[in-house]
Amino acid sequence: MIPAEFAYHRAESLDDAIEALGRDPDAKLLAGGHSLIPALRLRIARPSVLVDVGRLEDLRYVRDDGDRIAIGALTRHAQLAVDPVLGHGCAVVARAAALVGDPQVRHRGTIGGSVAHADPASDLPTVLLALDASLVARGPDGERTIPVSSFFIGPFTTALAAREVLTEIRIPKVDRGVYLKHTRRAQDWATVGVAAVVADGTTHVALASMGPTPVRARAVEDALANGAGAAEAAARAGEGTEPPSDVSGSGEYRAHLAQVYVRRALEQL
Amino acid sequence: MTNVALTVNGERREADVEPRQLLVYFLRDQLGLKGTNVGCDTSSCGACTVLVDGESVKSCTVLAVQADGSDVTTIEGLAAGDDLHPVQQAFHEQHGLQCGFCTPGFVMATVSLLRESPSPSESEIRQALEGNLCRCTGYHNIVRAVEAAAKAGA
Repeated sequence: MIPAEFAYHRAESLDDAIEALGRDPDAKLLAGGHSLIPALRLRIARPSVLVDVGRLEDLRYVRDDGDRIAIGALTRHAQLAVDPVLGHGCAVVARAAALVGDPQVRHRGTIGGSVAHADPASDLPTVLLALDASLVARGPDGERTIPVSSFFIGPFTTALAAREVLTEIRIPKVDRGVYLKHTRRAQDWATVGVAAVVADGTTHVALASMGPTPVRARAVEDALANGAGAAEAAARAGEGTEPPSDVSGSGEYRAHLAQVYVRRALEQL
Repeated sequence: MTNVALTVNGERREADVEPRQLLVYFLRDQLGLKGTNVGCDTSSCGACTVLVDGESVKSCTVLAVQADGSDVTTIEGLAAGDDLHPVQQAFHEQHGLQCGFCTPGFVMATVSLLRESPSPSESEIRQALEGNLCRCTGYHNIVRAVEAAAKAGA
């Protein structure tokens, strides 16, 4: 399958990318391309122009900012997986990055691309939701910071405006975090994914593939805050979720998996 | 059309491509390097794996324009004349193939793996090859071939 025709603009700078997005309402950003190119090939996405930000090397970094870590949006999964700053300060992100797709995908795919694509079955958005990450976006009117809790609006839909570029992901340092996912086959998307972290003494739990966006398992968190054990809290993993039914499993099966994987994640935390 | 200039198997190649041209078709149809196979065409099977700047990628999911300026290695670029690359030699000796269709992808994925991790455990090998599918169910011998290549210092 060959993508429909599009024009191509290689951005020389972030400002150049923002300007190029402004010239055409049907423009689309290209980072690593590992979500977008399959969509182009299936002709689900038919942008008029691709604005390639893939060479903006200044957006590829992991920086220790004291009590938090800043990750450049173009940092590739393979880099996140072995990054020493993440390994020491927030290893759950590195470990989740090492579970994305397969090695070839991780060599190209970027954290910013994954977050901006907003697939509800995606691993890193779920981990970022559990971490209460902040997302930095730049547009023609400057920069703003969006809390991850209001970033994911629906499947493949985010709070980013048409001319905004996601530039940085900011996460707190946490030393206790787990990400588990159930897949039917190697390299599949998560049938269900569970991120559990302890931040400021409270346990946060987020779920992948349990609704139109990654979701926080608030009932589990409340139960834990009220002193429940792992099994008792995990039994409430399906509350408030809308698990889809598809080839990977029924909604009922996903609700069951969520309970099992939340319990395992809490036990490993 | 967009002009791209890249190094393929050590040779500088320049061509005009449509922006939608995928790297695998650029290699096969424009450069005539047919050793890289198109399998699933949906970034699942890994048959089209090549190295871009030393790292394995699925060339059906990379645009040729994205590889502009890069150093690309395909299966044709591994052997030195009649001498097989140690990974090719190991696949040959360990019977790491049956029909051979997936083999170029497995070999390139292995070259990339051994650069990142020169002596992987069996479990690490199996994890590292999860992006490549063999439909002759030849995985056992493929894993043995990777182990042999690692021992040979590939």
